[in-house]
Amino acid sequence: MIRCKDIHKSFGEKEVLKGISFDIPNGKIFGLLGPSGAGKTTLIKILTGQLDFEKGEAYILNKDVSKLTGEDKADIGIMMDQFGVYERLSCMDNLKIFADIYGIPKSRIIETLALVGLEDAINKAASDLSKGMRVRLQLARVFLNTPSILFLDEPTTGLDPMTQKLIHKIILDKKESGCTIFLTTHNMEEAAKLCDEVALLNEGVIVDSGSPKDICRRYNHQKKILIHLTSGKDMEFTHDGKCAEQICRLMEDGKIETIHSSEPNLETVFLELTGRKLED
Amino acid sequence: MKNILIIIKKEIKDTLKNKAVFLQFVIMPVLTLIMENAINVEGMPELYFMKMFSIMFIGMAPLAACAAIISEEKEKNTLRVLMMSNVKPWQYLIGIGVYVWIICMCGAAVMSIGLKGKDVLIYLSVMGVGFAISILIGSCVGIYAKNQMVATSLYMPVFMVLAFLPMLALFNETIKKVSKIFYTQQIRMILDDMSFDGITYQSAIIVSVNTALAIALFFLIFKKKGLE
Repeated sequence: MIRCKDIHKSFGEKEVLKGISFDIPNGKIFGLLGPSGAGKTTLIKILTGQLDFEKGEAYILNKDVSKLTGEDKADIGIMMDQFGVYERLSCMDNLKIFADIYGIPKSRIIETLALVGLEDAINKAASDLSKGMRVRLQLARVFLNTPSILFLDEPTTGLDPMTQKLIHKIILDKKESGCTIFLTTHNMEEAAKLCDEVALLNEGVIVDSGSPKDICRRYNHQKKILIHLTSGKDMEFTHDGKCAEQICRLMEDGKIETIHSSEPNLETVFLELTGRKLED
Repeated sequence: MKNILIIIKKEIKDTLKNKAVFLQFVIMPVLTLIMENAINVEGMPELYFMKMFSIMFIGMAPLAACAAIISEEKEKNTLRVLMMSNVKPWQYLIGIGVYVWIICMCGAAVMSIGLKGKDVLIYLSVMGVGFAISILIGSCVGIYAKNQMVATSLYMPVFMVLAFLPMLALFNETIKKVSKIFYTQQIRMILDDMSFDGITYQSAIIVSVNTALAIALFFLIFKKKGLE
């Protein structure tokens, strides 16, 4: 559905993408994780035909991105932070423009606004919306024509937890309905929760990729077990026979309050691979 | 065609809420109606205010409206969304141009209320040509400017030259000589005569050259900057 092969892109002297390759099958959520300036938005712009690139191949809907037609574009939904809304127009009028372009009935606008929880703000001007509502309006614009591919560029950045949760639910619902989703984020919890596969992007290079669980398992070098005892004491054990006996004894004596294995998360993996934090 | 109509529809809705652009469209027609009816000084040329405000209307409204609309869409990135939704740049520009031209013609129709029946046709024809050239120049500014602030600083001097020179030319011969190279001055002269027969070859050539230059400038800037 989405395929990239050895994509290179430079702005002047600076090479921002240095040989990006990946394949995203139908109906999956692919997360591109990386700190600000890693090249995430540039890659979205390339994949959606908004930006040319120097070297490599990029395909969407089995077509070269440079040869996408108007009909193809109607099947691709793009939500980017920088995309604006018509401030003076109401939510309804904002969506009406795009509904008319796609030939979608008015009833679908109301349905889509309800889907993103904006049914009470139908006649509210976009300028009067909160940041979270504005993001939801942008999402509604993307969902209006039920595209089969979605590009979401940091859709929850700066939003409150409730709105984030709502947007996560909408994204997962879209996946359930068969949509392929390309998501960029620097929020590792979001990536772990939503994505079937993630790629870690740093300074224009994918440093690792795979399912979030696989990546975390791969970098689980320490293999520690953390135990909180009923006495309030915390203990740390390694994966060996001697520790297993100790843990077994504690368990038999009923002294264990909680027990956790300590796999790394995407944040710590990224830190280990690049020396940088995702939210730098 | 469908997308052009969608752009026009969007602009109609937006203009009613956009005071800055809305004012551009109504201020001159309203001023004309007020001044023509309220002030009547002995010896003052017939339809003095109507002709003066007509030229200011040509030099101001289409230019400012096109520049403001296009630069705002660029600044707010709504233009990119339209382009990604399969609206072609030419459809967008034609939509904006046609919309501004129609609204300006409505304003001109209001301003022509004091004219005799046979003069209305010549007046509206000449105004229509003037609006079209100003729309091209305003679009150049909108396409060239990155944002509304740049657009304002670019169209203000152009507006001053096109709208005010013909007025100042009434009082100064040197200014009149310079002003003659602009279409607004030529239109002013045609309006003074108010007949098709009164259009001189010189006026026709200058207006045509102005039109050709505006078209050339438009394509040059569009080719260089595009709508992104």
